[in-house]
Amino acid sequence: MPSTTPKTRTRASAYWKGFADGAPFLLVVIPFAMLFGVLATEAGLNVLETLSFSAVVFAGAAQFTALQLMQENAPTVIVLASALAVNLRVAMYSASLTPWIGAAPLWQRAIAAYFTVDQSYACSVVQFENEPQMTVPQRMAYFTGVLSPIVPFWYASSILGALVGTQVPDSWALDFALPITFLALVAPMLRTAAHVIAALVAIITSLLTAAVPYSLGLMIAGTLGMMAGAQAEVLLERRKLRHD
Amino acid sequence: MIDTGTLWIVIIGLGIGSYTLRFAFLGIVGDRPMPAWLLRHLRYTAVAMLPALVAPQVVWPAATDGQADLPRMSAALVTLVVGLLTKNVLAAIFSGAATLFGMLWLFAL
Repeated sequence: MPSTTPKTRTRASAYWKGFADGAPFLLVVIPFAMLFGVLATEAGLNVLETLSFSAVVFAGAAQFTALQLMQENAPTVIVLASALAVNLRVAMYSASLTPWIGAAPLWQRAIAAYFTVDQSYACSVVQFENEPQMTVPQRMAYFTGVLSPIVPFWYASSILGALVGTQVPDSWALDFALPITFLALVAPMLRTAAHVIAALVAIITSLLTAAVPYSLGLMIAGTLGMMAGAQAEVLLERRKLRHD
Repeated sequence: MIDTGTLWIVIIGLGIGSYTLRFAFLGIVGDRPMPAWLLRHLRYTAVAMLPALVAPQVVWPAATDGQADLPRMSAALVTLVVGLLTKNVLAAIFSGAATLFGMLWLFAL
């Protein structure tokens, strides 16, 4: 297969390519982490608790979900189940990265697992598909590069948000950083009719089940959306086969 | 206020759970093949879960006490359309943010 990409990529150049690709996400990660710090402070968490939350869990959406449900005094089991449901997508990221870096040493995969988040996954998959000739160590270097600018600011901005806390004025509308970020991440993923069907079924179900307590509506909506997408894929493939 | 004991149970439980989700495939499955039906469902996890998560916040934002809000709805729509057209995450985020702040500013005049 002809390729216009440089064949001479080294581990260092892979790392810096990743660094350059990851750096723009700071514009999202910093407000996002700050928002978590602010909301955690408003919920009564101190700075140590907020930082521990961000460092131990390291999954923005799951953290917001857990925080919200704890404030609603949801049972702990429901808090955990809902937050993990929100985070189920990282299992898919993990599955999707396995063919590319599954051959790396176990200790590297164990570390990469902790750092498998929206940004590192999205950048890595695009890069690995564009330059399939990259070696496994080069792929790991790229993955590390993407995370290098992001991770320190994720921790630091959580602390900063916790420190400034309620001083952030409502007019900044930080509440909407989360919906905008997620919609922006999802839109380019809507590549096929099956993806669009999955998203539409999930959206409609989540609006219809919004009154169901403890965000259980989200789990119902997500599950139905996934089933609709999988089913649509099967039907579309069958129809294509019939036409061919 | 959140009970400190509950908080730490959630932090540690969620830490272990999230890590397990990420390690499951990368660490344990490794190169072994997964059933086709499972992979087929996993392909749609992100496009189902993320819109389902934000849809109620777009239609009934907490910041406006659940009242439908034109700036937030417009921002969500612009983000989605720009994301679909450009396939560029950052372009979508900036367009959405610009729409949100622009309309909030206009409405405040």
